[in-house]
Amino acid sequence: MMIPTLIGAAIFVFFLLRLVPGDVCELRLAGTGLYADPAEILLCQKNLGLDQPLLVQFLDFLWGYVIFDLGDSMWTGFPVVHEIAIRFELSLQVAIMATAVAVMIAIPLGVISAVKQDTWIDYVVRAFSIAGIAMPSFWLGILIILGLLIITQKVTGVPWMPPIDYVPIWEDPMRNLSQLLWPAVATGYRYSAVATRMTRSALLEVLREDYVRTARAKGLVEKIIINRHALKNALLPVVTIIAIEFAFLMGGLVVTEQVFNLNGLGKLFVESVGNQDFNMTQQLVMLVVVIFVFTNLFVDVLYAWLDPRIRYS
Amino acid sequence: MTATSKIQVESDFEELEKKKHWFRVSLNMCRKQPLGVAGGIVVLLMIIMAVFAEFLAFYDPEVNSLEHMLLPPDEKYWLGTDQFGRDLLTRIIYGARTALFVGFTCAILGAGFGLVLGVASAYFGGWFDLVVQRIVDVVMAFPLIILALAVVATLGPGTENVILAITIPFIPQCARVVRSNALAIREIPYVDAARALGYSDSRIILRHMVPNVMAPFLIMLTSFLGQAILLEASLSFLGMGVQEPTPAWGLMLQGGAEEFAESAPWVAIWPGVAISLAVFGFNLFGDSVRDTLDPKLRSR
Repeated sequence: MMIPTLIGAAIFVFFLLRLVPGDVCELRLAGTGLYADPAEILLCQKNLGLDQPLLVQFLDFLWGYVIFDLGDSMWTGFPVVHEIAIRFELSLQVAIMATAVAVMIAIPLGVISAVKQDTWIDYVVRAFSIAGIAMPSFWLGILIILGLLIITQKVTGVPWMPPIDYVPIWEDPMRNLSQLLWPAVATGYRYSAVATRMTRSALLEVLREDYVRTARAKGLVEKIIINRHALKNALLPVVTIIAIEFAFLMGGLVVTEQVFNLNGLGKLFVESVGNQDFNMTQQLVMLVVVIFVFTNLFVDVLYAWLDPRIRYS
Repeated sequence: MTATSKIQVESDFEELEKKKHWFRVSLNMCRKQPLGVAGGIVVLLMIIMAVFAEFLAFYDPEVNSLEHMLLPPDEKYWLGTDQFGRDLLTRIIYGARTALFVGFTCAILGAGFGLVLGVASAYFGGWFDLVVQRIVDVVMAFPLIILALAVVATLGPGTENVILAITIPFIPQCARVVRSNALAIREIPYVDAARALGYSDSRIILRHMVPNVMAPFLIMLTSFLGQAILLEASLSFLGMGVQEPTPAWGLMLQGGAEEFAESAPWVAIWPGVAISLAVFGFNLFGDSVRDTLDPKLRSR
């Protein structure tokens, strides 16, 4: 199931990017506004292997996965693996932090919303989560920066902005967090909106189950009923949605990294699209698909582990 | 004389009844779906803004004016001006036109192609279904914005390309949902009956199956509207979407929003409010459409 999807994605991306003529060589040489020597363009295409028939290029592209050589960036000339490796850590950290933010917002809010169904609390929480879906994360990012500037200006007299250069977390945790916390919040809020709604609806369903009524009948404290009996069962779909959304977090990062000027994978992707650096673009898209496929696999395994009904059936 | 007046009275009465009916229906709507009605009002306002932009805006959205750069909001420029001296309110009103045009086109095209593909896939079954579903699997493995950016990478930025870039990821999503509904419908005897009568495949698909999967189709269509507007704004923000000087909300945030955040926060705030409000309205509206058409999901 996984392999066909991956191969299909490879075919799809490869040919999608080459549907229309025009390539990095023309952009690089002619883009300077000066006269571009056709011979030079040809030479450049030859160096990058762009003069080969498409099928040969495609087989080269697939062969690269077999020998673990993803090729070079057509723009910078460095190996793709190198370009990805220097940015991977940052994006991964933001992704994990955003997930943490999302979980910390979604589960408590979803539970409150379900327990207080159809009261004003419920309405506020639902409005909050619908707003999370409606608000573009890049705008939230801009607002966060704006808010930080204004608040620090008021409090200390000197406006403060998150640092722009990246420091690994084990070198300077404070500096690292003060840089990456904000993009994580901007991405995580949106991400939490879906999870909040999922938590709410799943918990509402479980609260109508017979065993919850039994637990109430035997006089258990409501808190224990919710935390121990209801929430445990309600979390299954929530875990699924969080894991699946994790794969899609990459999409969110594309925009937030731009706002906060972080040199991560999302920014690399936007740059490679702008430069028509097909090799980089297709490898990054494939990376996302690989993450997606493996998260799905992980969810299936996790599901079986969490839910004995699936394991034994 | 009496007869005519009686008829008159009756028709008056009927009219009154009709009015009352109309009024009661909308009142009922308000009570049952308060959020949906609120969303509908926002949607309506956006549409009015887009259609009547020329009459609502005081200024030209595309003319730069150096002496009016980055003016704070006042009675002349209600929301202030941007770094090119253009009135923000005007650009937001015209931006609604871009956003709604892209939103509706993408949603209708995406859901429409998805509808046909989904029903055809369910109707024909066999290898056709298998191939279509595998393609759908592949396309759905990409996050929306990544796929849209990949399409832009091929075609280059610009409004038409953005529409294509947003429509392509929508098609498989709609096809998947419609197919699962159409599968159930194919089992209903009237499809067999139609086949036995010798109707052509396209007639059975278009006349007999498509009308019966209208509910999921409309649900997908309305949910696409908000997504498309958001996606267009994101692409334009990245500089990969609608290009200057066309007024578009995402684009307005790209230019100077961050640079001038401190000295001119209005440039960064208002276009975002417009995007959020529009998507919020369309999402609320879409949710209530879903609740109305699909009672099974009502509790969610």
